[in-house]
Amino acid sequence: MNLRFTAAMSATLLLAFASASVAQVPTDYLRSLETAARAAEPGFAGFSAQRGRTWFNARHGTDWSCSTCHTADPLTAGRHATTGRSIAAMAPAANPERLTGPAKMEKWFKRNCGDVLGRVCTPAEKGDVIAYLTSLKG
Amino acid sequence: MMLNERKRKWFDAVVWSASALFAAGLAVDAAHAESHRYAVDNAAYVAECGGCHVAYPPALLGAEAWRAIMQGLQQHFGTDASVCDAKRAEVTAYLVGASNGKRSAATTLRITDSQWFRKEHAEIAAATWKLPAVKSAANCEACHQQANSGDFSERGIRVPR
Repeated sequence: MNLRFTAAMSATLLLAFASASVAQVPTDYLRSLETAARAAEPGFAGFSAQRGRTWFNARHGTDWSCSTCHTADPLTAGRHATTGRSIAAMAPAANPERLTGPAKMEKWFKRNCGDVLGRVCTPAEKGDVIAYLTSLKG
Repeated sequence: MMLNERKRKWFDAVVWSASALFAAGLAVDAAHAESHRYAVDNAAYVAECGGCHVAYPPALLGAEAWRAIMQGLQQHFGTDASVCDAKRAEVTAYLVGASNGKRSAATTLRITDSQWFRKEHAEIAAATWKLPAVKSAANCEACHQQANSGDFSERGIRVPR
């Protein structure tokens, strides 16, 4: 009994530590993306950092990919393709403020998906790219 | 004696004129320097617009131009810069309130296409605009080191080579 309790406590602490060392992406937001992704695609099996990486670097019918401004290494600062304005690193490991505010994330998805894809991003695309960015270690 | 007095009068006149000219010169200088420092003091404006470009001082355009720009954010010089309605209202009010009617805008609404901008930058060589460090006329910070805080004074200019 006691042993089982200790084991459970350790597991909880470990989990807490692991999630704290990654980004503080609001869980409500991630969950809502997941629910929407599953609704859109019944076979949905969870977000994929690998898919997110490919998608981040690919072009989707326009001149720009995400990496055009954010670079292929999101742990480093980027630069706006038109104005030259410096853009702080996207990966939370390099910039802890990233991916912490759902309203801000939705605002930028709206703007940037329009520029890069010519449409809104799907919940699966958003989740994948978040998985990719949070998987990067500084 | 008579001659000395005349000389003194001349001397006085010259000194006074020179001082007056010097003072006038200083005043012009001061006005010039002052006219290149602008307020950029609205957090919503800086947050919503300053991500992609310098938060340009509102005093660089007239009210009508700002209104037109803020109504077309979904197609903002080739990119989607849309903001939510509440922020749009707040930022529009700020920009219009701090605008300058004397800075007439070009039909493109680009600050960099306006006549005063072209005149101010007439001495900049075409090759300079194309430098990788400059990239775009929208990139004020390439030369105006303090552009981010609205300071476009001569002292803060460093043109890259």
